[in-house]
Amino acid sequence: MPLELAVQAELPELNRDQLRQLYRLMVAVRHLDESAIRWQRQGLIPGYAPELGQEAAQVGSGFALDMARDFVFPTYREMGVARTVGVDMVQYMSTHKAVWHGGLYDPAASRFAPIQAVVAGSVLHAVGWAHAQTLDGKPAGERGVAISYFGDGASSQGDVHEAMNFAAVLKAPVVFFIQNNGWAISVPTERQVAGGSVAARAAGYGMPSVQVDGNDVAAVVQATAAALAHARAGHGPAVVEAMTYRRGPHSTSDDPGRYRTLDQERLGAGEDPVARLRTRLLEAGLADEAFFAEAKASAEREAEQVRTGLQALGSRPGAEMFEFVYQEPTEALKAQAASWREESEHV
Amino acid sequence: MSETLEAPVMQEAGEGPAVETLSMQQALNRALAEVLAENPRAVVLGEDVGRLGGVFRITDGLQARFGEQRVFDTPLAESGILGMSVGLAMAGYHPIPEVQFDGFAYPAINQIVCQVGRMNYRSRGTLPMPITLRVPSFGGIRAPEHHGESLESLFAHVPGLKVVSPSDPNQAYHLLKHAATRPDPVVFMEPKSRYWQKGEVDLDAAAHGFRPGGSRVAREGRHVTLVAWGAMVARCLQVSELAAEDGIDVEVLDLRWLKPIDAEGLAASVAKTRRAVVVHEAPLTAGLGAEVAALVTERCFGTLRAPVERVTGFDVPYPSGDLEDEYIPNIDRILFGIQRVLEYRRG
Repeated sequence: MPLELAVQAELPELNRDQLRQLYRLMVAVRHLDESAIRWQRQGLIPGYAPELGQEAAQVGSGFALDMARDFVFPTYREMGVARTVGVDMVQYMSTHKAVWHGGLYDPAASRFAPIQAVVAGSVLHAVGWAHAQTLDGKPAGERGVAISYFGDGASSQGDVHEAMNFAAVLKAPVVFFIQNNGWAISVPTERQVAGGSVAARAAGYGMPSVQVDGNDVAAVVQATAAALAHARAGHGPAVVEAMTYRRGPHSTSDDPGRYRTLDQERLGAGEDPVARLRTRLLEAGLADEAFFAEAKASAEREAEQVRTGLQALGSRPGAEMFEFVYQEPTEALKAQAASWREESEHV
Repeated sequence: MSETLEAPVMQEAGEGPAVETLSMQQALNRALAEVLAENPRAVVLGEDVGRLGGVFRITDGLQARFGEQRVFDTPLAESGILGMSVGLAMAGYHPIPEVQFDGFAYPAINQIVCQVGRMNYRSRGTLPMPITLRVPSFGGIRAPEHHGESLESLFAHVPGLKVVSPSDPNQAYHLLKHAATRPDPVVFMEPKSRYWQKGEVDLDAAAHGFRPGGSRVAREGRHVTLVAWGAMVARCLQVSELAAEDGIDVEVLDLRWLKPIDAEGLAASVAKTRRAVVVHEAPLTAGLGAEVAALVTERCFGTLRAPVERVTGFDVPYPSGDLEDEYIPNIDRILFGIQRVLEYRRG
């Protein structure tokens, strides 16, 4: 039996403006994601890891955060979260243009850690950052919460166990937000996650968990907000497992046809989260065709701006290879930089 | 080198006690206490570092003095300790993690290499990693498997890390205080076989010209330079006394910093003696002795009288206690190394 959150906040239903804002965000993310695939095909960027199908999980969880005090620890597939919390999208996408590994955005100012290519690599960082909030002595209720994003594949990594155990022992304000998207490249969840779910494991750490329909953006917002409130109030960490589906390939280098059929994709993916919110808005009379058309046009304008920005984005000077290794560079590294400069200028 | 166990001896110098006789364990403990007192963002974490004071008592009394927030026990997981330190550093703290024994750094190597060493770079200098990783290192205490390893070449090969090893209590005190106030990650390799040896610690060393950077000449000599670090420095000093009986004047260079290596100090010594023997406990192949030999050859090729000799551990797993005296360079093997460079004739 999963443990329940200590704070069962009576969260108000999302209002009309919030639902419309969520829709606009999801459409923007969807369009940017699909555009990035095209940009890779066109040669603008060498690679991309799409989040197609995970818009509700990413936008919904990002929407629930308080970015004045919380901090996001992403993987390499959290463009939707980044967009939702306001990370500059050209600077974010620069990692996919092979300009700089972590992205060019300022992670401290953005409160969004550098893009992390090591699967489960940043989960422990979230615990350390969260424990620092406790050490800072902020009273319960005012603490920042670290939200750690990872997937069903990453849940197999030992660091996730260590992070959950550390967080629970230290009562660190962390929300472990799992996007269970059904696939870790070619391996389905049932060959990846013993015990049926990641959320089920939380009880073993004495930690509450919520498994949520990750394609229902309102449900994701509510579940994440409840978990954040639990952690913020000083009750320790919590798990949210958003059940969703990776509709696209693992990356632009992947070929899902080698491990799943189109029929399996259609069955597994279920209803499109963007279409689902659209239907809800329509049926509730909260939006009309003009709103949807405007959201689409806005998303297209934004993607075009990002494309233009990416096209204009040049390579970083080679000297930066050496500049950021240390705060206090060694003489040996300065000598290598000088040698590189001298020899590269003679070519 | 005194082996008595009485209380530290204080010697009056000027207005206050400037020189005390301390064991390396006491010197390290004192350095940590001063770092914690001077920097409210410094925290000590690791296995058994709190109430117990560490298995080697290096953190003895620190939790009682600075509280459970500043000095805390973690669960028994090294990747967790290092990953959590990354997050603490991201939140503005200066973590001083302890990995209880050298061989226990292996479970943390992913965090050390991929995160500790790279976060400053990945974040373009916006997320510095002021992490001082203390590792009781090297062999010589008849310990179980994985308690006698020498990992310096592994650490030195990782971009973004700095590596230092003290050889006596004075070096331990000052180098730890220096390392723990740097903005970059430093792996601090403590020679555990030397923890209980006493020596004079000049507490006012800064006023007496102590340089925290580079190597140091532990003994001046004219005929050959022994290059060593950690516990091998004391052994090389013993060797130099024996060699002196045969009229061989040995210079002992305490390398101290294993990254960056003090190439200038190395060259200055070998330019004078024209012969070098490098001594380390780690296995021969791709050991740091190879780097030392390359640096000496690059700078002193014209005046070298013999190829650089390496007297090292062997390319075998670190053996059990009964055999470790066969493995660690002993006095005879170092003397043979000296003999080979002295008798070398170009042929």
